[in-house]
Amino acid sequence: MNEVLLMLGIFVAVFGLGYLFITRVPQMLHTPLMSMTNAISAVTILGALLLFSVETSAFEKVCGAAAIITAIFNVAGGFVITDRMLGMFRRKNVAPLKFSNTGDNSPSGQD
Amino acid sequence: MVSGLLVDLLVIALLLAGVWQFRTPPGARRGNWTAAVALVVATVVVLWRHGLESVPLVVIVGLLGIGLGVWVALRATMLQIPALVAFQHGMGGAAALLVSFVELTRDATKAAITPPEVAALLGLIVGAGTFSGSLIAAGKLDRRLPQTPVSLPRHDAMLLCLALLVVAAGIVAALAKDIALLSTVLVAVVALSIAIGALFAIRIGGADMPVLISFLNATAGVAAALCGVAIGNRLLIACGATVAASGSILTHVMCRGMNRGLTSIFAGTRTSAPPAGAAPAGASHSRPEPAAPAPVSVKTSAAPTDVSSNGDPYNHAATLLREARRIIIIPGYGMALAEAQEGVVKLAEQLLEQGKSVKFAVHPVAGRMPGHMHVLLAEADVDYSLLFELKDVNHEFAETDVALVVGACDVVNPAAIERPDTPISGMPILNAHEARHVIVCNLDERPGYSGVENPLYNNPKTVLLFGDAQESVEKLCKGLSASA
Repeated sequence: MNEVLLMLGIFVAVFGLGYLFITRVPQMLHTPLMSMTNAISAVTILGALLLFSVETSAFEKVCGAAAIITAIFNVAGGFVITDRMLGMFRRKNVAPLKFSNTGDNSPSGQD
Repeated sequence: MVSGLLVDLLVIALLLAGVWQFRTPPGARRGNWTAAVALVVATVVVLWRHGLESVPLVVIVGLLGIGLGVWVALRATMLQIPALVAFQHGMGGAAALLVSFVELTRDATKAAITPPEVAALLGLIVGAGTFSGSLIAAGKLDRRLPQTPVSLPRHDAMLLCLALLVVAAGIVAALAKDIALLSTVLVAVVALSIAIGALFAIRIGGADMPVLISFLNATAGVAAALCGVAIGNRLLIACGATVAASGSILTHVMCRGMNRGLTSIFAGTRTSAPPAGAAPAGASHSRPEPAAPAPVSVKTSAAPTDVSSNGDPYNHAATLLREARRIIIIPGYGMALAEAQEGVVKLAEQLLEQGKSVKFAVHPVAGRMPGHMHVLLAEADVDYSLLFELKDVNHEFAETDVALVVGACDVVNPAAIERPDTPISGMPILNAHEARHVIVCNLDERPGYSGVENPLYNNPKTVLLFGDAQESVEKLCKGLSASA
């Protein structure tokens, strides 16, 4: 039972910290954020690898192989597409405006 | 074992550090790779601790998966991002489902029902539901499936029945001692969950997709976490928790952006309001129908700058832009469908060069997933410091000379704040109507996804440029440079 409590504790703690951090992510980065967390959610790859840590039946091999393909497709694709997206965000020197992603409604630096 | 815990904590810290860096685009780029490193370390740790049988098989399918994933990721356009992300959610769900399935059939001989076993069952259900729901969502987002919500007769009753059946089958599976019986019941659980996910998703229409995709993000995380409990792996739980947190926050942000409850969106309550054909501005017929290039509507009345009263709304609009000092551009999904974002960015740069103040006001639900519009504009090479969120820019419309609306309707519909009885009432809108002049470049005058008429179109200070947004914007650019 202790084991289960520990696992629950980890879930709650990380969920809380993640929640704190993510509420501060500006809207502009929400798509890359989802794309990255999507890659992270394919951490089930660990579970798929663990299936192969012992002797496996043919059926388990098929399931495990499918799990590895789907998960790793998600991991690799997710991180690559996120990087591509973020690479598109550029600033130019012509920008006269102050970038504000926080709530401060400072008037624009331009007039 | 202590060192094991330390390594786990290190991976979790790396992961959270990745999320922490999502404040600015350059930081986010580093954060993305930080999280990637965390996953690689986690994989190495698992392999180190537990070893691997059937190495050739694992390596081959692993490389195959990586190749496919990277290939697809490199080819996708930014307009396809929501569909791709939804598809990847589905793959994550499938992986959780497969792992849970094998885990459950493996230790079928156990006497008592253990918490990991329950978690595996739940992981199976959530994973299967995420899988089918995401595939439907991806199909809709990629416009391979109809955008309009599909509501079957007794939709709710069917969902309820399926849910009860899943619970019943789950209990049978938990009690089953016989491996053959267990496998059969588990297959039934998977089939039922897949049906639930599909039924759940088909009811959601095009413009509500941002909510669905965020929700599936959260369920994919939950499925991973449950999977982690099932196999007793702390890293999986931690990663799942991060994703679940992000998915729930984004779902909340999207619901707030539409001022609608999660249940009303998922129950498809509003969908009865608009006529079946009422797709978002220009969504139903964007590319295939190259939108009558000659917009007929000329509604330019009582404008103070009567220089161009020869009736050409484009001249009039160009004059307004030329005389304006402060301009706010409001991009909507219609702009993306008309592939007008590059033109819009060019226009913005032209205006900036003339020394005007130009800002982009982006509504939270402007695209097909949270933040989608920002990515589309970034792809069109906009300077991201020009992009502003609703709450930061809305108070500035009153001092703005021209609000330029491109392919957006509902998000600037004043009916949302003026009338109490519409489907969008209470939805936060961008206050374009407060600007001195409004220029609307939409495909036609039909209402947006909500089906609510937009009174902004009848406002005397509004210049309507109906037609393909790409052409309209191009004409504006020309008009602006011709007389500059």
